[in-house]
Amino acid sequence: MEDKTIICRCEDVTLEEIRKAIAEGARTLDEIKRLKRCGMGPCQGRTCRPLIAGEIARMTGQNPAELALPTFRPPVVPLKLGTLARGGVPDEQA
Amino acid sequence: MNRHEVIIIGGGVTGCSIAYHLAERGMRDVAVLERAYLTSGATGRCGAGFRHQWGTKTNCLLAKYAIARLEHLAEELDYPEGIEIKQEGYLLLAYTPKMEEQFKKNLALQKSLGIDARWVTPREAREIVPFLNTEGLLGATFCPKDGHANPFKVTDAYARAARRLGVKIHTYTEVRDIKIEGSLKTVITNRGTFQAPVVVNAAGGHAAEIGRMVGVDLPIVPERHQILVTEPVEQVLGPMVMSFYHNLYCQQTPHGSFIMGLGDPNEPKEYNVRSSWQFLTQMARKAVWLLPVLKNVRVVRQWAGVYDMSPDRQPVLGEVPGVPGFYVAAGFSGHGFMIAPMTGQLMAEVILGLPTTLPVDMFSLSRFTTGELFVEPSVV
Ligand SMILES: Cc1cc2nc3c(=O)[nH]c(=O)nc-3n(C[C@H](O)[C@H](O)[C@H](O)COP(=O)(O)OP(=O)(O)OC[C@H]3O[C@@H](n4cnc5c(N)ncnc54)[C@H](O)[C@@H]3O)c2cc1C
Ligand code: FES
Repeated sequence: MEDKTIICRCEDVTLEEIRKAIAEGARTLDEIKRLKRCGMGPCQGRTCRPLIAGEIARMTGQNPAELALPTFRPPVVPLKLGTLARGGVPDEQA
Repeated sequence: MNRHEVIIIGGGVTGCSIAYHLAERGMRDVAVLERAYLTSGATGRCGAGFRHQWGTKTNCLLAKYAIARLEHLAEELDYPEGIEIKQEGYLLLAYTPKMEEQFKKNLALQKSLGIDARWVTPREAREIVPFLNTEGLLGATFCPKDGHANPFKVTDAYARAARRLGVKIHTYTEVRDIKIEGSLKTVITNRGTFQAPVVVNAAGGHAAEIGRMVGVDLPIVPERHQILVTEPVEQVLGPMVMSFYHNLYCQQTPHGSFIMGLGDPNEPKEYNVRSSWQFLTQMARKAVWLLPVLKNVRVVRQWAGVYDMSPDRQPVLGEVPGVPGFYVAAGFSGHGFMIAPMTGQLMAEVILGLPTTLPVDMFSLSRFTTGELFVEPSVV
């Protein structure tokens, strides 16, 4: 893959930035997420997380299956504050 | 065995700032021990706001000095990517005559200390935040130099600067026990043993556990606070909006997302970082009422962290009486991020026996036995 490849589409983070973070000492998905914001976008890392895990594993010689995963935080899909304010009832039914 | 001059327990913004300030003053043989990754405690979970608008002289000055440092932190620490600082003010809303009276007292104090904050009418408040619901609002105070910064970047900036000066930072290293023989402290972790004459407890919500390891009873208890973040949208909200009446705060980050949180006075005192569905509904109701424009903004993530609460909601800073060489910097009660530059500096000065830039005696642990509590009227 090219360094300029965008790994996190939600937050516009390139492979180059991720490689740099790992080269500077980041070893876990948690650390990279907090410094680069990848995984914090609307998809909450469902797209980028496996790619980043693969890169950490490749660069640090760890087993991808053994990398600790950040907590998946609620809500599972992005919800409008207005909908939540009505106790979770979406617009069309309110 | 790893021998050092100073061991700091806790890799939050406090521990990293202390490490940097020690190294910067020539004490470079320092190790920071962090059980998970840096910022994994309250620091990485916080609202990261800073304000000058306090109700006691000590807190006003602490905040003023600390914010002056945050304004130039990227240069001071040679951190070119910046700390994402935003200074568009805090708007503190007053809903009761009692609040109005307290806020006006605070303003007089702030003014006497050279802090530029002012009273604004509901109409002026709407000029500052055009879509604010002013129903029931008596007025507000506004300080244009309040704001927020990215807590991950601030901590990373301190950690990198400290490492460059020789500090060793050990992540995923959990302190399990501490033994004291003479002046030497042996710190036992899941990754080996460390020794130093000086140990600093900067373990946030876990500070009391660390205290117990040396037989010290620290009156610091964890209290959960919940918070959420939305998708990024165009910039519409300049200041942080804070209401002690609703127990809420809401801000828009430079990245475009809104970060908002609630305090819950009925929260049990225990270590709990799970988030709840009830919070989401309650937060959404209050936020949409106060700032109706938020109605169509989507929440992408919610989480929780703990405040390290002390009985008077002020930190404990300094050496523990009776345990020479054992220092505490904890009990920040929900405002430890903004003062971290000064916490680091003052702790380094105290540890190295240097004159302190600001008075620190009122933060000593002994205030809880002598009863000279420190009461700050303006906290969420
Ligand atoms: C929801 C929320 C919102 C907040 N909003 C604001 C705000 O707007 N402005 C503000 O100024 N403050 C705010 N705060 C408070 C602020 O986050 C804290 O005061 C500050 O981050 C404290 O930093 P710290 O380094 O002292 O503690 P922490 O960041 O908690 O660091 C302590 C570290 O010690 C580590 N540790 C614990 N036990 C051990 C052990 N046995 N061995 C090794 N390591 C250990 C932990 O893993 C942790 O990383 C907020 C807090 C929360 C929870
Ligand atoms: S692709 Fe990274 S958060 Fe969505």
